[in-house]
Amino acid sequence: MDTFTKSPEVVILRVALTVNGKQHELELDTRTSLLDVLREHLRLIGTKKGCDHGQCGACTVLANGRRINSCLTLAVMHNDDNIVTIEGLGTPEALHPLQAAFIEHDGFQCGYCTSGQICSAIGMLAEVELGWPSHVTADVAQKHITLSDAEIRERLSGNICRCGAYPNIVAAIRDVAVGASE
Amino acid sequence: MKPFTYERVVDAREAGAAVLRANAKFISGGTNLLDLMKLEIEQPAHLVDISQLPLNRLEDLPSGGLRIEAQARNSDVAADPRVRVRYRAVSEALLAGASGQLRNKASIGGNIVQRTRCPYFYDTASVCNKRTPDDGCAALSGINRVHAILGASDSCIATHPSDMAVALSALGAEIELLAPDQSTRRVAIDDFYCLPGNTPHIETVLRPGEMITAVILPAPPPGWQRYRKVRDRASYAFALVSVAVIVATDRETITAARVAFGGLAPKPWRCLDAEAALTGRPATLATYQAAADLAVNGAIGRGYNDFKIELAKRTLCRTLAEARQLGIGGPS
Repeated sequence: MDTFTKSPEVVILRVALTVNGKQHELELDTRTSLLDVLREHLRLIGTKKGCDHGQCGACTVLANGRRINSCLTLAVMHNDDNIVTIEGLGTPEALHPLQAAFIEHDGFQCGYCTSGQICSAIGMLAEVELGWPSHVTADVAQKHITLSDAEIRERLSGNICRCGAYPNIVAAIRDVAVGASE
Repeated sequence: MKPFTYERVVDAREAGAAVLRANAKFISGGTNLLDLMKLEIEQPAHLVDISQLPLNRLEDLPSGGLRIEAQARNSDVAADPRVRVRYRAVSEALLAGASGQLRNKASIGGNIVQRTRCPYFYDTASVCNKRTPDDGCAALSGINRVHAILGASDSCIATHPSDMAVALSALGAEIELLAPDQSTRRVAIDDFYCLPGNTPHIETVLRPGEMITAVILPAPPPGWQRYRKVRDRASYAFALVSVAVIVATDRETITAARVAFGGLAPKPWRCLDAEAALTGRPATLATYQAAADLAVNGAIGRGYNDFKIELAKRTLCRTLAEARQLGIGGPS
């Protein structure tokens, strides 16, 4: 362990965040994770805390359009960033197509992982649009990605579903993905 | 988590001086450091955020190599067309690691200096020489299934967790470092990591305040590149054994070979003896097996991880055969 130097007292910093299109000015303990800001300060409790160690994916949000684990990043590191959570995707009256597809395909049981699954799927589909390969892509140099079920499973492997609704989650995503094949 | 002060640096020249403060650390992706801070295994009093430094480009080098700056994200590097075509082992290794969310956050520099995932290192109720020098090693007599069989010591049998570093080792990459006095140096990746000996808390040759600024990939060596990872799950797990190979053949003869293992040692484990045993030999299973025997020469099983010795050999043979087939079947 490093030579222990006495820790400072609680440190508060001012942080600006845009969350679901709305700007916020916050005064935060530097230790606050992005997840805890969303849930405890902004009361956006759609984003869930599962493991708090980046292992389950329940906390997945989009930061500047990219999917990340909000539990494993500090809010102060996201000053001026644009965050989108499940609350920013659709409303009960006007669901996002992925939200509708998860209902249609019964892509959840308890629902705890669902916000993360949907945010992760949105980020993942954008990555496929960009032609990013994955671990199961036959040739990483190939330019076009065919979003097979194996590709969906691999690309969503950072989102764990304790209820085991995986087949229906894959079906929901396949349904929404443009050009997806079985 | 202990309280800490925080600053974001936007000029690489200021980073070293900022981190020379007592008990300060660099943070970039934070996907490993923040996890360790929550467990109070890491207790920095000050964080220097280097994630926004203008150090995230990939640039071709006149030598035919590629310079990958340290603040590039793992996902961007894995998806870069130059990496996918010329350094496919790097792309494959990155894509075999972590999850989509984590790769979007994790930096190339952070990937290199991430800490071991030894469960006893993470369990603060266990003794660990890496956490506290001269504390003891709970893994030696514990459930050491994931632990090292090569390069370890009686002080520490933890493995290095990076997939990418294994590919970098096979390619002979260099790490570019910037010191607080603005001097720079390059260290070959195989010289960058320290073996544990009786000082397992010293993991790299990084000096105080030094920051990784880039990875330098030499021009790709001849041959087909392949990274194979064997793990308990099909995805999103650390390696039990992984291997990066680069194999060139002329008809039935191997003309050049590179071999480096992950999951077996405290650092990416380059096998020069195995490479020599492959070069100039016929591309047959007997040749692969002879090289595999040399690759694990001196391996020490600690009980639960004895299986890794055989698994490493089989993984190497399989991956060599696969790389050769791919090399014959497609452009290199």
